[in-house]
Formats: sequence, structure tokens, C-alpha cells
Amino acid sequence: MLMGSLGMNTTLMRTILVGFIREEVRKVGLTRAVLGLSGGIDSALVAFLAAEALGPENVQAIIMPYRTSNPESEAHARLAAEQLGIRHDVIEITSMVDAYFARYPDADNMRRGNKMARERMTILYDHSAAWSALVLGTSNKTELLLGYGTLYGDMASALNPIGDIYKSQVWQLSEAMGVPRVIIDKKPSADLWAGQTDEQELGFTYREVDELLYHLIDLRYSRDELLAKGFAAEFIDKIQAKVQNSHFKRRLPVIAKVSNRTIDRDFRYSRDWGK
Amino acid sequence: MDFTVALAQIKPKLGCVADNLALAEAAVADAVNAGAGLVLFPELALTGYFLKDLVPDVALSLDAPEIIRLKELSRHIAIVIGCVEVSSDYRFFNSALYFDGGELRHVHRKVYLPTYGMFDEQRYLARGERFRAFDSRFGRLGILICEDMWHLSAPYVLAMDGATTLLCLSSSPGRGVSEDESLGSTSAWQKLTATTAMFFNCRVLYCNRVGYEDGVSFWGGSEVVSPAGSVTARGKLFEDDLVMARIEEGELRRERIFSPLMRDESLSVTLKELERIDRERGC
Repeated sequence: MLMGSLGMNTTLMRTILVGFIREEVRKVGLTRAVLGLSGGIDSALVAFLAAEALGPENVQAIIMPYRTSNPESEAHARLAAEQLGIRHDVIEITSMVDAYFARYPDADNMRRGNKMARERMTILYDHSAAWSALVLGTSNKTELLLGYGTLYGDMASALNPIGDIYKSQVWQLSEAMGVPRVIIDKKPSADLWAGQTDEQELGFTYREVDELLYHLIDLRYSRDELLAKGFAAEFIDKIQAKVQNSHFKRRLPVIAKVSNRTIDRDFRYSRDWGK
Repeated sequence: MDFTVALAQIKPKLGCVADNLALAEAAVADAVNAGAGLVLFPELALTGYFLKDLVPDVALSLDAPEIIRLKELSRHIAIVIGCVEVSSDYRFFNSALYFDGGELRHVHRKVYLPTYGMFDEQRYLARGERFRAFDSRFGRLGILICEDMWHLSAPYVLAMDGATTLLCLSSSPGRGVSEDESLGSTSAWQKLTATTAMFFNCRVLYCNRVGYEDGVSFWGGSEVVSPAGSVTARGKLFEDDLVMARIEEGELRRERIFSPLMRDESLSVTLKELERIDRERGC
């Protein structure tokens, strides 16, 4: 299957996303942004976009390893931050996470991974307040649609510049922006435990799923049209179910309606209200 | 007559009428200083676009102080600007107001309110019911607001009503990044403005806003298109701009001689067929 449909004009994409960060940050009266830098490509790309939008002096990266994190991740995060000349601090989350799981020694990888993601979120939001900086999200469209992220963890942010571009597009834009080659070329990993890779855990490659998601979501192909295009029935059904079952992660908490004007249902304002 | 037009490609603040009026006043002053006789602003320039429940709060009645101020400003230059208009029976319209010589001379209420995909206008706004050309010192004009222009019948009616200049006020969201040089929305609009100009031998003056609202970009690229469909001036993409262009009467005259499409257009055939379609649909 082809990649043509996910190809893009990286200059134009860069202009729109850099403008987005610059304007949406300044509009709320701020000049700075903070983000978690994992050593992976998504957060590296967001750091590159933010440094271009706000100036490197206005971007702070926080590197938050856990004791099981691959040391290479921290090295790659530092590499990206140093290339950009942005401030970066390492805050290890091992003591916080382990203190909690001392009560629950049998907790599985999913609970531990979620806790780590949420621990990182609280650190980013604390820095947001301490440094008057907006938290930048680093979840791409593929992850958001598959629900491959932790609600109120890595999915939490004030602004997400890459939430409408697929992983395959993250690669293209990263190349165009000069993200270090070693970060672009390595296998994507949530790095929650040793040896974890996204594609192994998901059971398909990003290129495969991006092509399917693009036809399913962006182009609104029907199931029959997807089959005719050559996508396997099981793959279509599996992905469709993932999108549907993770939809709760993409919405605000559900509010029981009792009044005539309920937040978000019939009390509707843009977030940029008055900005 | 020959005249100079200014397209004020501004970045309105969402829901802030006073701030946006100040932006407009500054652009009017710049346009006057640059020798423009007419200044065109984007759709909903006084309010911003994704208003939702703010619509009633930012709406202006036609005797509002802001309207009086715009009348005063129009002593020096003709002004076309977009706002939310509230009628005396409390309907809210996405309107374009044409001021000249200290008076409000024409109001166009957007007829085609997009309510699909990312758009939700008909939830909040009432629909206009007419397309009318009107006389001005720049010749006969017709006003369209954004989606209006995507309905071929709208510029058709205005052109048949004698308009030789179409003014289009727009808040077009940027979308569709592909391998192409331009955004999908940009290339679609550029085809539309050029084709509309060619079909109707009309000048098209297109003013689109810039800025972001809740992550949606507005791409700018305001244009002056000649009656032959060629672009004579174009604004920057994604940045504020004041696009100035000289409009020559001779260009319109010559195009209408070369390509007398509007002269030959048969109102009676069109009417007859439309009436037949209407009758048959009623059966």
C-alpha cells in the first residue's frame, strides 16, 4: 500500500503549526511553553516547533525518566534539547511512583505505566504554574484515534500542535525540521518497560494503520470501500473497534444534565472566548 | 470610474467588539492614507468567527454606537465590514454593511449559512433572504459572504442585477495540507474567485481574515481579481496585511467587449427553466 495520500507539504505544515503555537500562547498573555521530552520523535518534533514559534529561551523541556526507562531515551532527549538550545531539566519520577506502588506490589504494567504518565503530567502542570508556561501536548493523531495514551497523563495538555497529524506525517515533518536522525530512525516506544515497542504492542505498523485511519476517518471510506482498497477485514474491524472504544478518552467527563444550560451541551463557547 | 481598493486582512479577537472596532479604525486610517476609496473587511470582522453562544452578546442593532462610528468613518472612505446584526424581532444575522458618505447604504445578510463538518452557523444565526445589487460611486456592487459564493446562483443573481463588482467577505478556515503547494481551502477559493470573475465578467474583491481560533487557522490570501479572472493583487498567507490595488474602469469595459457573456445571458430562458423545475418538484 502507498504512502502518497499521507504525503505533505512540510513547509506549509510547519508554517501553520508554528503559527498555532505562537498565537495560541501569546493570546492568553503568555510567552512560554513547557513540555515533557521523552527522547522519542513526537516530543522532539513539538520541541522543534515550539522553539521556532517562541524562541528557544521561552521553551522548557523536562526529561522525566523512571528507573526502568532506557538510558538511551534520556540521551536522545538531551540531544534534541541541546541542538535547540532550550532549557532542560531532568526530574526522575522513580521515587514518587515506587512510593505509591509499595502499597500495591502486584500492580501490572498497565497500572504502572498509567501512573508514570500521570506523574509526569503533574510535574509539567506544576512547571506550567511556576514558570507561567503553557503545557504542550505531544500526542499525534494516530495515538489519539487508537486511544494509545493515558487519559489525564500524556494526553493532558493546554495546546497540542501535532494532534491532527498522523505518525507517518510526524516522521516527514521531523525530517524537514532537522530533528536528529537517530531519533527519527529508532523504533517508536512508550518506554514504560524494557524492550517495549509501540508496533509490537499494537500488532501492526504505524504506516499500515495510518493508511487505514486516513481512509476511514479523513476520507470517510465505507467498510466495503476499504475492503476494495485492499485492507483486510480483521484489520479494519480491529481498528474501528479501537477508535470507538477509546472515544471516551477524547471527550470531557460526561455531565448529568438537569438544568436548561449544561456545560458543553447548551452552554457553548470557544476556548478562545475573548482572546 | 477608476478607484483604489484596500483589503484589510485583519485578525479579529473572538467576541471583542471594541477591540475589533479599534483594529478596523486603524485599518481605515491606513487605507485612507494610502489613497483608497473603498476598504473591505472580512466576514464577522467586528466579532471573530467561532462565536457559538456569544452571538447574542456581540450582536449590533443598526443604531448601535459602533454603527454610528462606522458611519462617521465613512465620510473619508467607503467601508464594507462584517458583523452580527440583530433585528428588532431578535433574529441574529451574519451581515455585511456598506457605508459611504457618512451613511449606511446597504446591508447584505448571509443567505447560505454552512452547517456541516466544522461549521455550525445555522444553529446560532438566522438566514438572509435576498441577494440585491446596489449602486455606488464605484459602479453597481454586489455583496457575498463566504459560503454565499459557493452557490453559483448567488453571484449569478447579483450579476444579472447589474453588479459589475462582487465584494466577498470571508472567514475561511485553513484545512487540507497535502503535497500540493497550497492548502486545500486556498486552492479551492482561488479557483472559485477566478472562475466567478470569468463567468460573470465581474471584478471580484475577496477579503479573508487571518489568525487562529481554538486551533483553527484562517489563511488570509485576500485577492483582487480582474473581470478576466486574473489576480491583480494578493495578500500574504496567514499574516495581517493591507492589500492595495488600483481598479480600472477600462479593464471592465474591455473585458465586456471581448467576452460579452452577461450581455448574452438569457434571463427569460433561465427563469422559464427554473420555474419548470420548481413546478415539477412540487408534483
